[in-house]
Amino acid sequence: MHPAPSVILFTVLSGAGFGLLAFLALGAAPVYGLQAFLLWGLGYALAVGGLLASTFHLGNPQRALRAFTQWRTSWLSREGWASMAALLLLAPVALAAIFGGGLPPVFGGIGAVFCLLTVVATSMIYTQLRTVPRWNFWTTPALFMTFALTGGAILSGQVVPAAILCIVLALLLVAAFRLGDRRFADAGADIGSATGLGAVGAVRVLAPPHTGPNYLMKEMIHVVGRKHSARLRQIAIVLSAVVPGLIFLFVPPFPVVLGVAAVIHIAGAMVARWLFFAEAEHVVGLYYGRR
Amino acid sequence: MTALPPPSAKKLGLVIDLDTCVGCHACVTACKGWNDQGYGAPLSDQNAYGSEPYGTFLNRVHSYEVQPDTGPAQVINFPRSCLHCENAPCVTVCPTGASYKRAEDGIVLVNEDACIGCGLCAWACPYGARELDAQAGVMKKCTLCVDRIYNENLPEEDRQPACVRTCPTNARHFGDLGDPDSAVSKLVAERGGYDLMPEMDTRPVNKYLPSRSKGPAAEIDVLAPLLDVKTTGFAGWLDRMLEKF
Repeated sequence: MHPAPSVILFTVLSGAGFGLLAFLALGAAPVYGLQAFLLWGLGYALAVGGLLASTFHLGNPQRALRAFTQWRTSWLSREGWASMAALLLLAPVALAAIFGGGLPPVFGGIGAVFCLLTVVATSMIYTQLRTVPRWNFWTTPALFMTFALTGGAILSGQVVPAAILCIVLALLLVAAFRLGDRRFADAGADIGSATGLGAVGAVRVLAPPHTGPNYLMKEMIHVVGRKHSARLRQIAIVLSAVVPGLIFLFVPPFPVVLGVAAVIHIAGAMVARWLFFAEAEHVVGLYYGRR
Repeated sequence: MTALPPPSAKKLGLVIDLDTCVGCHACVTACKGWNDQGYGAPLSDQNAYGSEPYGTFLNRVHSYEVQPDTGPAQVINFPRSCLHCENAPCVTVCPTGASYKRAEDGIVLVNEDACIGCGLCAWACPYGARELDAQAGVMKKCTLCVDRIYNENLPEEDRQPACVRTCPTNARHFGDLGDPDSAVSKLVAERGGYDLMPEMDTRPVNKYLPSRSKGPAAEIDVLAPLLDVKTTGFAGWLDRMLEKF
C-alpha cells in the first residue's frame, strides 16, 4: 500500500495526541495553570492537527462533513464521531484544569474512553480490510492502541507506565512483523484464485492491461523501499520502544529528558507506520503478478 | 446508506467467456468512450500523449499464460471490471454513503456528489474495480451502463452495457443472474461459470466462463511443406536430367 505522508502523519500524531488526552483526562498528571495549558494544548494540537492532516489526501475535502453520516456501517465515519465526542467532552475538563475548578472525575473518565475509542476506530479502518491480509489481523488494533498509550504516557511524563508500555510495544512490534509476514499466504488468495485459472494450470502474467501505471498500481501495489524493510524494522523498534524505554528506566525524568524521549519515540513511530503501509500487500496486485 | 440492502431478486451482471475473448480491448475502449459523456464525471486522462500516460478506466483486459500439467500452454485474455458483489465490501466501508448497492437490481454505484475521494472503497475491493479519477477527485467504477440499459431513447439492441454491445466475439453477456431461467444463468450453469477470489467472501454477481478444453495438440511440423519442393519447367527438366547421371 502507498505510504501517503499525510496518512502517516495523521495516524501517528493523532494517536499520540489522543493517548496524551486520555492520560490527562484520567488525572494521571495532575497539572494546573500554565503547565496544564501547555500539556492539554499539546494534546489538542496533536489530535486536531492529525485530523486536519487526514483531509489532505481526500479528493474532495470540502465534503468532509458528509463522513459523519454513515456511523452505522463505516469505521471511518465512527472515527469521526468518536474523535469529535472526545474533543468536545474533554473541553470542560481541560478548562477546569487550566483555570481551576473541580469537575467530578467521571467527566474525564468518559472523555478518556472516547479517546481510546477513536484509536480503536482508526485501527479498525485498516483491520477490516480482508484485501490486505497483513492488516486484517489482531496485531493492527493492538499496535495502534499500544502506540497511542505509549505516546500518551511519554508525553504526559508517566515514567513507570511509559517504561512498561515501551517493553510491550517492542514485543508487539516484533510479533506484528513476524506474524504479518505469513498473513498473505494464510489468506489463501493467489493468481490462480484471483483469475480462477488455477484450475487449468500454473498462471503467469503474459501481458499487462496497460503499459503505464494506474491508480491501482500507485495506491495498492507500492513496492518502493521494501528492500530496506529489515533495517527499517530494527530502526522502528529501537527508536519507538528501546531507546525511550532505556531513558525511562535509567535517566532521571527531567522535562528535557522527557522531550528528547518523546521526539525519539515519535520518529520511531513514523518509521513503524511507514512500514505498516509499505509492507502491506493488497490482493489486487495478484492480477498484475506483483505484490 | 452504505448498509447493504437485503439480497435483491433481480441481480443484473455480466458473464464473461474466457474461451472466446481474444483480448482486443474493444470493451475497454467502448467503456471509456461511453463513460466520457453523460453519466457522472468523465473518465479523465493525464499526460495522455506523453511518456507516461495515466488515466481512469473502468475495465481492463489482462493476458495470462496458463500452463497445464500436460500439453501446451494456453493464452487466456481476462477482462476485469466491477463484479457487482452481493456482499460488496466497497459499500459498507464508505463514510459518506456515496457508495451504494441498488436494492432493485443490485448494481453498485457511486453518488459522485457525496464522494469525498478518500479511496477506502478502492482499498476494500479485491478486484481493483475502482479507480479514483485524478481530475475530479471522485471514485469511478463500472455502472453496468445504468444510463443505457434502462434508456428508452436508445434502440432496444443498444440497451445493454457498452462493453457487451461492442464485443466482436460475443465474449461478454449481460442479463439477470438472479433469474435461474435467464440466458446468462443458463450459460453459467451449462459452462460452469465461477466466482473470482471466493475466499474473499464477496459473493460476486458477475461470473467467468472457463476456457473449453482444447484436447491434445496435433504434432505440427511447420517446415515439412517447404522441404518437399517440386520443380517445374526448365528447372524441372534440368532436375530430372541431372538425376540420371
